[in-house]
Formats: sequence, C-alpha cells, structure tokens
Amino acid sequence: MCYCAGLLAGSRKLCYVEPAVRCSSVGFESFDQSPKIDQKLDKKEENVISANNIALEINKKRKQPRRQPKEWRCLDSCCWIIGYLCTTWWLLLFLYHCLPITLLQVPELPGVRLKREGLTALHPVVLVPGIVTGGLELWEGRPCADGLFRKRLWGGSFTEIFKRPLCWSEHLSLHNETGLDPPGIRVRAVRGLVAADYFAPGYFVWAVLIQNLAKIGYEGKNLHVVAYDWRLSFQNTEIRDHALSRLKSKIELMYITNGYKKVVVVPHSMGVIYFLHFLKWVETPPPMGGGGGPGWCAKHIKAIMNIGPAYLGVPKAVSSIFSAEGKDVAYIRAMAPGILDSEILGLQTLEHVMRVSRTWDSIVSLLPKGGETIWGNMDRSPEGGHVCDFSKKRLSQPSPSDNNVNNSDVKRGFRVKDPVKYGRIISFGKAASVLHSSQLPTFDSKEFSRTNALQNLKFSCGEAWTEYDEMSRESIQKVAANKAYTTRTLFDLLRFVAPKMMQRAEAHFSHGIADNLDDPKYSHYKYWSNPLEMKLPDAPDMEIYCLYGVGIPTERSYVYRLSPISRCKSIPYQIDSSVHGEDDSCLKGGVYFADGDDSVPVLSAGFMCAKGWRGRTRFNPSGIATYIREYRHKPPASLLEGRGIESGAHVDIMGNVALIKDILRIAAGATGKEIGGDRIHSDILRMSERINILL
Amino acid sequence: MSLLRRRKPPINESDKTSEASDSKPQKEREEEEEEEEEDGNGKDKNKKKIPSKIKKHEEKRPKWSCLDTCCWFIGCICVSWWLLLFLYNAMPASFPQYVTEAITGPLPDPPGVKLLKEGLKAKHPVVFVPGIVTGGLELWEGRKCAEGLFRKRLWGGTFGEVYKRPLCWVEHMSLDNETGLDPCGIRVRPVSGLVAADYFAPGYFVWAILIASLAHIGYEEKTMYMAAYDWRLSFQNTEVRDQTLSQIKSNIELMVATNGGKKAVVIPHSMGVLYFLHFMKWVEAPAPMGGGGGADWCSKHIKAVVNIGGPFLGVPKAIAGLFSAEAKDIAVARAIAPGFLDNDIFQLQTLQHVMRMSRSWDSTMSMIPRGGDTIWGGLDWSPEEGYSCSKKGERKNDTQIADQTGAASAVSQTRSANYGRIISFGKDVAEAPSSDVGRIDFRGAVKGHSAANTTCQDVWTEYHDMGFGGIRAVAEYKTYTAESIIDLLHFVAPKMMARGTAHFSFGIADNLDDPKYKHYKYWSNPLETTLPNAPEMEIFSLYGVGLPTERAYIYKLSPSAECYIPFQIDTSADDEDTCLKDGVYSVDGDETVPVLSAGFMCAKGWRGKTRFNPSGIQTYIREYSHSPPANLLEGRGTLSGAHVDIMGNFALIEDVIRVAAGASGEELGGDQVYSNIFNWSEKINLQL
Repeated sequence: MCYCAGLLAGSRKLCYVEPAVRCSSVGFESFDQSPKIDQKLDKKEENVISANNIALEINKKRKQPRRQPKEWRCLDSCCWIIGYLCTTWWLLLFLYHCLPITLLQVPELPGVRLKREGLTALHPVVLVPGIVTGGLELWEGRPCADGLFRKRLWGGSFTEIFKRPLCWSEHLSLHNETGLDPPGIRVRAVRGLVAADYFAPGYFVWAVLIQNLAKIGYEGKNLHVVAYDWRLSFQNTEIRDHALSRLKSKIELMYITNGYKKVVVVPHSMGVIYFLHFLKWVETPPPMGGGGGPGWCAKHIKAIMNIGPAYLGVPKAVSSIFSAEGKDVAYIRAMAPGILDSEILGLQTLEHVMRVSRTWDSIVSLLPKGGETIWGNMDRSPEGGHVCDFSKKRLSQPSPSDNNVNNSDVKRGFRVKDPVKYGRIISFGKAASVLHSSQLPTFDSKEFSRTNALQNLKFSCGEAWTEYDEMSRESIQKVAANKAYTTRTLFDLLRFVAPKMMQRAEAHFSHGIADNLDDPKYSHYKYWSNPLEMKLPDAPDMEIYCLYGVGIPTERSYVYRLSPISRCKSIPYQIDSSVHGEDDSCLKGGVYFADGDDSVPVLSAGFMCAKGWRGRTRFNPSGIATYIREYRHKPPASLLEGRGIESGAHVDIMGNVALIKDILRIAAGATGKEIGGDRIHSDILRMSERINILL
Repeated sequence: MSLLRRRKPPINESDKTSEASDSKPQKEREEEEEEEEEDGNGKDKNKKKIPSKIKKHEEKRPKWSCLDTCCWFIGCICVSWWLLLFLYNAMPASFPQYVTEAITGPLPDPPGVKLLKEGLKAKHPVVFVPGIVTGGLELWEGRKCAEGLFRKRLWGGTFGEVYKRPLCWVEHMSLDNETGLDPCGIRVRPVSGLVAADYFAPGYFVWAILIASLAHIGYEEKTMYMAAYDWRLSFQNTEVRDQTLSQIKSNIELMVATNGGKKAVVIPHSMGVLYFLHFMKWVEAPAPMGGGGGADWCSKHIKAVVNIGGPFLGVPKAIAGLFSAEAKDIAVARAIAPGFLDNDIFQLQTLQHVMRMSRSWDSTMSMIPRGGDTIWGGLDWSPEEGYSCSKKGERKNDTQIADQTGAASAVSQTRSANYGRIISFGKDVAEAPSSDVGRIDFRGAVKGHSAANTTCQDVWTEYHDMGFGGIRAVAEYKTYTAESIIDLLHFVAPKMMARGTAHFSFGIADNLDDPKYKHYKYWSNPLETTLPNAPEMEIFSLYGVGLPTERAYIYKLSPSAECYIPFQIDTSADDEDTCLKDGVYSVDGDETVPVLSAGFMCAKGWRGKTRFNPSGIQTYIREYSHSPPANLLEGRGTLSGAHVDIMGNFALIEDVIRVAAGASGEELGGDQVYSNIFNWSEKINLQL
C-alpha cells in the first residue's frame, strides 16, 4: 500500500518537476485518489496534501536528510526498499559470479561422451534452419526505424515490437505483389552461426547441437549455418540474395578444404523442403538452376539428416493462413474471450499478424501436399483409428517391438467408436466434422465467385487491412455453408479467401502428386520443394534420415465457426474453441489432434522415408537409403533440466540427447546401418500402408 | 521494514512480524533513541501525535541508521536512473542529432546519404580485410578454467574475461611457442561475418561507419564480405589451420560471379594490407603452397585495392612491442606513475604477461620494419631528416614551396633527429655523430645463464634465458639501425625469431626472378615480391597525416630485479627540437604508421612500371590531414587522421564509396598529398 502511495508521490513529484510527463501520472491519480492515501499516511503528514508541498518537502529533505530524521515518508521508504532490493540483488549477483562454475554440476554433454569413444570431426556439417527460427536484421528502412541499422528485427529480444509495433510489422511485411522487398525497405537474414543458435535469449535452437559438435572438434571451417530469408519463396532467396549460390559455393569449399570429405546436411522443419529445393536447383543448368550438373549431390553430400521434416506440409499452416490462429491462439481465446478481439486498444493483433504473414510466400510451402491421397478425404484418413489418449497409449506401447499388440489395440478401439475424420481439415461446426459425407452438402468451387463482393471497404476499421475486407458478407456465409473441406477443396477455399497470396505463392510452390515425373513441366522450380513432384538426385551413396519426435498431440484438422458479427471484424472465421470431444477423444478446443511432434504430424514427417522413397521408387530412382529415427517425447523431469534432454517437441528436440548422438555419429563417419537403422515408435508404417500411391 | 512501521497504524500483525525480523540489536536502538531525544526540537510535535496506546512501541522506533541512509540513497539513485533510462528510451531517436545541430549548426550529410543523392549505387562487391588486433576472436575449445565461455568472445567486445580470470585469458590467447599454432586442447577462432570487426569494443567503431555508409548506397551482405582471419597467426598459417585464404578466394569468386562479373574492391586496413599482399601472391601460386587460381586471377577478380593506413614497410612500434612490450602509451604511463606497472605486489607483472603472450603471436613480426637501412636510414642519415616537429610551420612551408625543404633541412641538419637509429641506449648516443659512438658487437656475446628462472613465478619470457652478460652486451652496442634490429631480436628472442623468419622476410630483393622468392615467406614483403600481372587493377594508399608517430626510441636498462624485462624506454629523455618526447622520437604519420611506411610503395616503389610492379598497376596516394574533433559531441571526429579513427573520416569514406561505385583513381582526383612523402621517397636509393 505504502508502495502505491509512494508511487503516487513520485508521480506527483514528476508533475512538479517535469510537466511534460503529466500524462503518465494521470493514471495513478485517477486510480488512487487522495482520501485513500491519507489513510495510509501517518497523521503527521496530514498537512502535506498538495503536490507542491510534497515536492518542496523533498527538496528540503534532500538538503538535510540527517537533520530531520523524523520526516520518513512513503517516498523515502520506497527509495529505501528499492535500495535494499538493489543492494541485495547486486550482492547475489556478485556472489553468483564468484561461484566456481564447477559448483553447478551440469550433466555431461553427449559430445564429451562420444569424444571419449574416439569420435572426431570428419565430415563437414551444414545446418539449415527452418521457418521463424532464423534472425532477420534491418539494412534499410523507413524513418520510423531510425537507428535500427543492422539490428535484429526478428529473433533476439523483439523489443521493437513493443516499442513501435506498427513500424515493426511494416518492415517485416513483404511486397504484396512480388513477394520481395517493399520499396525502401531491406530486411536481410543474419549471417553466421548467430543466425539461429538462439532464437531469443535463453531459447536455444541450434546452440546445443553446435556445442556438442564443437566438442568432437567442429569449428567455423567445417560447420556452417545456412542463412536465408525464410519469408521468401525458395527461388526468391536465390534471386534476391543469391542464397542458394552461396550455399553451393560454401559446400564446395568445405568439401575441398576438409580433405574431400562429403558434407552432412542437417535441415530442420521448413529447412528440409528448402534443402530439397536446393538439391534440384543445384543440378539444374542455369539460369534457373545452379549448374552443378548431375552428380553434384553424389559428389558432395554424404547424408541429409532431416529433423522434424515437414515434407508433406503441416495442417497448422492452413489455420494460420485462413484465420491467423493456431491451437495456442484458440486456447487463449477460450480462456479469456474478448481480449484478442477487443478493439478498445485498437490492437487488432490477429489482423496485423494475418496481414504480415500473408505476405510471406514461404508459409504456402507448408500447406499440406499430396491432396486427398495423402491426407484423406471426407470419410477416411490414414490415421483413422488413432487413439488419442497419449498417456494410455504410451503405456500400452512401450517399444516398437510389440507393434502387433499395439495394432490389435488400435483395431479394438476402431471397432468401438467411429474413427476421427481427419481428412476434413476444416469443418464448420462440430457436426460437420463428424457426420457422414453423404449428409453434407456437395462442394462446388464455382460457387466461389467474387462478382458479388460488394465494394464495402471499411476504412473506419483501423489500418489493419486484410483481404477479408474485400469479401462480402454473403460470400463469407457461403464459405461457411459448405461445411467441410478436405485438402483438395482446401486450396479452392484459400484461393477464394486469400487470392493475392495464393496467386503469388502458387507460382513458386505446388502441392499435388505427379502422375508422370518425366513430364517436362516438372523441371520448373515450383515443383522442386514438393517431394511428390520431384525425383531425388542420382546419388546412390547418399543417405536420407527422417528424425522426428512422437508422442505429442499435434494439430491435424480444425473446427471453425463464423466470428461473432461486428462491423470491424476483419477476420470472419475463427477456430471454435468451445468444441470438445469426450474424454479421450482427439478433439479439444476446436482442434483434432494426431500423433506428432507438436507441429508436424507423423504422417508428414515420416511418410517419404517410410514409403515414398523407401527402396527404389519413382520418386527415388537411384535407390537412396532412407532411415526413420523417432524419438519419443518425455517431458523434462525437473525444472533444472530446462527444456529437457529427451524432448520430442518440434524445436526442443534439438536438445534431445539421443538425436544429438545420432547426428554426431553420422558426422563422424557412421552409416545409417551402424547407428541402428530404423527406430520407430509410432504407427507410421501402418499409416503409410494405407496410403495408396503409385510408386 | 522498521521504517514502515512508523507510518502505519501501530498495532497490527505486520508490525509484529517486522519487529521480529528487525535484526538490529535492541541496545543499539535504544542508544539511537536517546541520541535523538537529545536532539530535541522537532521531536515534541511528533510525540503529541502518537497515540498514547502505542507508547511502548515508540521506544523501539527505529532511527536512521547508516545502513538505512545508504539504502535510501541507493534507492533514490536507482529510481532516478530508471526514470532517466525510461525517458531516454522514450526519446525519439533523432533527438541527439537535433541537439547537436542546435549547438554546432547543421551537420554535413553523412557521406553515404550525400553520395546517394548524387546518384551513386552499389556496383562492385566489397571485401574488407581487418588489421591486427581489431578482429574478434572466440573460444571453441578450452581448458577447465574457461568453462562456459564456448563461442564467447575472448578478444573484442567487452573484454570482461580479462578482469575476471586474467591468467586463464592469457593462457588461451597465447599460441604454442614452437609451432605458432594452437596449444594442445585450446581452440580460439576468429569470429566470422561483418560482426567480426565492425566494433572492436562497444561504442568503439572500426568498420561500422564504413559499412553503414556503404549500406546507404545499396550494399548489403551479399555484396560485402569481411575477410576475418586469426590475426595472431602468421599469414600462411591461417590457411594451414583455418583455410582462411581459400575461404576468401571462394567468397570473392562467388561475389564476382553473382554480381554479374563485376570485380571486387578490396579494402584492407593496417596489417590487413600485408595480409592481402600475401593473399594476392598465394592465390596465383600453384597448389599446394598456393591457391592455384592461375596467373590472371587477380586481374579477373580485383578492380582495386584500397589500402587504409597500410604499414607496407612495417612500423617501428612493432620493435618496441617485441623488444620490451611497451610503446609510447605505456612509456607515458610509466613516467606518470613510476613503479606501478613494475610492482609485483599483486603478482600482476602485467608487462611480462603481455610480452609472453604477444611473443607467441607470429603476426607481430610481419610488422617489423622492412628494407633495412636502405629504407629506414643508417646511423647518420634517414629519409625524414630535417623533419621539424613544429607541425604547423612545417606543413605551411611544405605546401607552399616544396623545394625549399632541401635548403631548410641544411639549416636544421645539426639539430635533426637521427631517425635511422631506431633504438639507442641513452640520449647522448642517439645524438652523437656516428664516429663517436663506440659500439661493441653483441652478436657473439655469451649470454651467460640465469639461475633465477624458477623464482620468477609463472611468467617466463625469453629474457630469463639471458644472463647479465647478454643484457649488458645488448646495451653496449649502443645504437641499432633497422638492419641490426633484426639481429638484435634474434639475439634477445631466438625462439620467436626462428618461428618468425620462417614466415616473414624483411630484406630487399636483389633479383626478383630468383626462384627462392616463390616461397611464401616473401609474399607479404612488398620489396621482395612482384605485384600480380593485372594492369587494370588500381592500388590506393589512404592514410592520415599530421600526427606525431613513433619512429625511434631511446632505451635504458631497467633498474635491477631479475624478473623484469631488462630494457625499458627512457621516458626522461625529452628534446623539443628533435621531436624527442618521453624517450620516443616521432615523425609525421597517423600515430601508428609513419608516412614513409604507408606511402613509399605507392609514391615510388610501385609508381609506374618498376621491377616490383612489372605490369604497371596504377597507384594513388590519398592523404588525409588530421584535425581533432571540434567538440565532444563529434565523438572520434569526422576529420580524424588517426590510424583507426580514420575509418570514420568522411573524406576517406567518400573516396572509398566512389571507388566501390565504379570510379577510377583519376576520377577521384589522383594523388592528394599533404606530407613530404615524395621528397622522402626520393632520398631513398632503391633500385627499381
């Protein structure tokens, strides 16, 4: 209480000394008027009411603090308390720094253990970060971004978001038409290991892996982090920044300077498909490609160790494009309805997020690929019969050896209740997500026509303009009336709600399945990042690994509803967070979950390695060996462990000891067979079998 | 807490708890109470106001104690600090500039903005080659004592570790005494990327301003490259250990290829100049010793080499550094506070540690003056003789009537410094005519052996190998010219020089076609290599003038004590007429590199078609006259000519940007000379 009063006094003093900051003190005064304070203040101070007097008192006191020891007032005691706190804090800090480091016993790093086994750096290592984790810095900006030259806009402490949010979002947006820089703004990827070692202070991404690699002898000359602007479409990173050329040159250099040892590439998340794009680009003749010629990959690359690969896309991308929200946002909305949607503060956070993120082409690369064949149609999906109670499942399935037991388990479950219809990636209303397809209205993409889009651009709605503002109420209703969308119809939906973005991005990405891979059209770069529309390079000695976490519920499909009507609502749809299934159902907060690593479902991460590329298929003509290594998620046992050494979550897995060991062994020269071949905990093989794809 | 109680309604629970937590002894409190009552005056009023109910509490009423006052004071300071911090953060970014402009009048446009308005655009890719000391180094593998410093900067940045664990730091920064490479179990590597040398320490820019200015006209990381290397290693060893030269080659090739075949503009600074000379020879030499780029690599990939403050012929400072681990600054410090640096009360022995560490760095030897007496002058003559230290008069004279210098020098000849004697023992020796200096050759002297090795704690320098005999012999030789300096260093630091001479050479080639000059140890010496065959290339030498720069030293034997470096600069020697101050003779230059070293190659050695420059590469000299910053607001000044500060010199930045945007040396205005460099060069009798 006294502290409040002290603050008040402080703010008043402020008013007295510096009228310029009056506004900041207003809040205090309205919140805490004088009668209240009087209670708190001692009687001897009753006479001191007006701000001026207080200020005068302070002045007096400053002059002779010892003379009038009785004049203790709130301000003084505040200062006193703060002084105490500061002193203690400094003292502790000092002690902390004096502590010998050995006192805080850290568990031995896997790198140290492996070094003792005799592992040393052999193959150069290239790390390819994924979306969002790479830092971005400003090279040229508008006046509002003065003084931020070569400061991080993305990654690091993100202080600029709070200081000047609109300026920040303006600089991170790309041009709506070209997908490149807006005029007068240049935001570029941070270079070097710092680009993605820590995303924010204390939140490691690659740091742990780098540290362990260093333990067995890696350093700058044989360890490289690919820095690319993850907002751009993959081909544009080459056009604007020569990122692919740079990567090629760097790999060639490392290959030569390290005694002609092939490179081990470790991509993560979206980096996986970025590197897939690179594989095709590098062997394609210029001007479209890098002109490395066939055999480049065979010559330079030993293994690709994909961590949490998003080969076939992630459903999360759908919801973030459609309504700029994910599971997390939906939860927040469920817990505190109104906060995100309130316009009182003029925040319109989600609208801004949507506006910015829709200029990023790269998100489109993460949309589910392969259509209904892979992701399932109205009535069936490869994961059908998935048991969602993850705790129970973990108990009943301790190791991959008793897969059979597990299968029968699942089948039993399958008999008992209807399988979740994961194929319907977006359904409007819970009913639409459960009903049999025959009971749903049929979908006709022609229904979507923009002719009746009224010119009701609402300029009154703040500056967060999204493409939804161009849609009329009718067409919004029409979208909802259609009830359920599968991956096939999904693209029509997205093209309808986000025409500009899809038009831009679909020139760079494709999401289908190739019927005939020899069709000359597949030499275009837009197919290079889709594993279902490209052939792996001719490199029979290369190895491809899929390393990913399992055992965490992962977003797979969504239940939507129309947003409650309000004139300025820019985003007309939102995840219906009120929808929950029964206890052990996969539906929670409007989201259907499947097995995965929190971001990427097992299906997307594992299918290519489990089936699409296994053996000699049409996607893998040279028969590159593939391995699946799954890591079951175990939450950290105690707080001391931080983010855990056995985590399976999408990013935290980079600190997983087993995964680090695998990577170190491969980098030191082991082959997939030597580290134990496949290691499977999930149903990926069974799921893959259900997918009927021509190989 | 006790203070809170006084203001609160007295009887409540928190009161009791606070009372309990009050650690102050009862007795003390009572004493204070008494004191205060004696104080009297304002007291009665207060007493009346306190209800009688709580009188028993009153006696425990705590008083201002010293601790409380302290805390109160700290609290006040913290609060006002936070307040100011808040205001500072809330302040618009343009505010400081506004204030500056209000005081000093409108500032000139920074060069980047100005040239952007002129329509200049990024054209040629730019390569920066940082010099010694300015590049950051980080730890990749270390001893126990360096735990937790993985990938933290040991060099550059805040240098926090120097204070926290100095011995550990020295151990990690040193190289192996025999190989000049990593000691076992320690890997310290250069930081890569632009961050390697944009700021040396927070707020102390090196390349940052140049980078920002280039960014204004459109440069970004795809067209800028910082050729960071481990500046402690000898140049060839950076390739052997880190493949740095290969990386630079590959990066230049990539940048040229991705920028439509536009050749690169290379901007080396300080020792980077020598490093890049080495690179140009390396890249065209066949593998395995070289990069195998072929004979026309440089002409294909390099448009211009814009050397900033280049010590082409070495710097005298390097000698003082190697000989006694001190330079002007340290000598001055010693003069101000004698004994401080030398006392070993805290077992600091700073200088000895510095010497031990820096002597393990091969690169320092690349800066030893080259060219011997021919360049640097003999016992009785030096190219700079006649240089007068009353700088202003000198400069006026020169610019007006250049050929008067000859006459003028004749007048002042008698009082001119003998710059050729780079090290003299005693001021009288430095001034006496050569015939009067009785020298006893030290080369054959028996060093004797020192029994004191073990008593000198853990600081071991090679001086401990030398007995008194050796030390005396060194002093008896009285004075050393550039040539005998090399012998001197061989004598006092045999191990270091054995390592160094395998990587560097300091002579002048008689016959450049001699096959021995294909060895890499000659590549960084401009007097023993030919420039590559690249007639279209241009070489610029940009440096500051107008600052007194160390050129020769007066030494004395250190007073006694065996654990010390036995020689030190005699700071008592002063003579205004001969530019002698604190034992250091100074000459025109940029505070580190004398004009002679920075300018000679471009003024004479490479000018036109010479044997060092067979293809006739164009050379240009651009000097920048130093003027100190007008006021504090300007920071390190936009007109500075000092060795590092010149990187913020607007005129220099403008020149660099113009070259990067495609201008040739002629378009820039050709030579721009303030110093006597052409005169001095002429005095040097070198076969071309």
